[in-house]
Amino acid sequence: MAMNREESDKLIQEVLAVYPEETGKQRAKHLMANDPELEKSNKCIVANKKALPGVMTQRGCAYAGSKGVVWGPVKDTVNISHGPIGCGQFSRAGRRNYVTGFSGINIFGDMNFSSDFQEKDVVFGGDKKLDTLISEIDGLFPLAKGISIQSECPIGLIGDDIEAVAKKKAKEIGKTVVPVRCEGFRGVSQSLGHHVANDSLRDWVISKRDGKEPTFESTPYDVAITGDYNIGGDAWASRVLMEEIGLRVVAQWSGDGSLPEFESTPRVKLNLLHCYRSMNYISRHMEEKYGIPWLEYNFFGPTKIVESLRKIAARFDSTIQENAERVIAKYQPTMDAIIAKYRPRLEGKRVMLFVGGLRPRHIVGAYEDLGMEVIGAGYEFAHNDDYDRTFKELQDGALIYDDATSFELEAFAERLKPDLIGSGIKEKYVFHKMGIPFRQMHSWDYSGPYHGYDGFAIFARDMDMTVNNPCWKNVRAPWKPAVSEDEAAAA
Amino acid sequence: MPNVMLRNNDSGELVFYLAKKDQEEIVVSIEHSGPESWGGEMQLSDGTRFYLEPFDKPPKLPITVRVRRL
Repeated sequence: MAMNREESDKLIQEVLAVYPEETGKQRAKHLMANDPELEKSNKCIVANKKALPGVMTQRGCAYAGSKGVVWGPVKDTVNISHGPIGCGQFSRAGRRNYVTGFSGINIFGDMNFSSDFQEKDVVFGGDKKLDTLISEIDGLFPLAKGISIQSECPIGLIGDDIEAVAKKKAKEIGKTVVPVRCEGFRGVSQSLGHHVANDSLRDWVISKRDGKEPTFESTPYDVAITGDYNIGGDAWASRVLMEEIGLRVVAQWSGDGSLPEFESTPRVKLNLLHCYRSMNYISRHMEEKYGIPWLEYNFFGPTKIVESLRKIAARFDSTIQENAERVIAKYQPTMDAIIAKYRPRLEGKRVMLFVGGLRPRHIVGAYEDLGMEVIGAGYEFAHNDDYDRTFKELQDGALIYDDATSFELEAFAERLKPDLIGSGIKEKYVFHKMGIPFRQMHSWDYSGPYHGYDGFAIFARDMDMTVNNPCWKNVRAPWKPAVSEDEAAAA
Repeated sequence: MPNVMLRNNDSGELVFYLAKKDQEEIVVSIEHSGPESWGGEMQLSDGTRFYLEPFDKPPKLPITVRVRRL
């Protein structure tokens, strides 16, 4: 059972007690016990604020949000990491956003393109180097459809004019060249990087075909999948469902997506938004400029898939609605079989989540389908509108922690003793060493997809595999007393 | 003078969205909503009030406008 609200509040107070007074006061604003009745979060939780000095935050930077999240999965552009070599190398191909194609011909995400800044570039400016770099890329990889320039910290600090270089080179090589001002020091987390990347797509890509002859014939059923980065094939698992109910997916933003897809998006009838946090900006822009409505949906777990498919179908005519019902009925027996198999093994297990911008609320339904309960959830970089959407998904009294520090996460895990923790790679080995079953929920722990009906089968298997793995009770820190044989037999 | 986006939500209510603050509130009342004038003083669901220079006719939503905090 989850704690009630008083118990959660008490736990928060106890955990905060170790902080200096001022830090404790600031951190208290980021922690709360859930109340599903709440509509607005701005009165009860503070989000999207700078992490305090001295605490170990799990956040990333604006460059991570732009290069890693939004631009990284685009397959036919060369994404230059403009600046020192490290940022590019460490963000290369680590996110498992799958693409189809051949490296160097129509996909470029598996290579690291960087301007490799040296001291002299910082002193004399790197614009010339960038100019040469773009010419080189165009010579080496003439099939790339475009180039994006992802700025790293020094670019903003020394004030290079990458926009001017981009404009000049775009004319010269005749391709889209997008300057992205996503220097890592901007903002408080990767969230600003999403915003900057969205704005660059708005300003430099999406308007390219405005007022031109359409390149394809549109149908009343054209949609775009936005905010799906194809982690482990997620976007494909979602796409087949959309196609099965009769919709035509014109573009994927941005998992396995391409520049021509982005450019044709202004002609779709509906934007289907999965990750609200990272793509609501561009969806709102398209609604204003092109009159394309957008709809948030959730493809984790059969209950939410059914809800979402009906919600999507309701925006179209009766053929789609009938198709949706048919698809739901078709997969129901398979889903029932999966739940019948795994639910008895997972029933009542308690989960703590600490992930990025949508999963702490989206995955709750999938866990509940398996009989598990989420007793704590938190976001690294959510804003208040994400918390507005979270309260009604979580059960009463569940812990909510915004930008939790590594100390807080460990303290909560020690006290709550969850049966499973879902978080990122930075937390993974800490909890492994504590002997708590753990799934890396950013890139599905090298598994996936988890979206859609196909994904749920994998999700259920993975959770069972982790929670019921016999290895966890053998993990014991060397300085702790060994388990006596009687105890081991009892366990 | 923040820039805000006004749009209708699924249930047809007017929504006020202030991107910089991630503030999404429903507009509970608007001074002029007639066909010849649209705008004026707006009251949001959280109690704050804003002033929008009235339009001659109802604009096509969604629309980004500059408003003044009252």
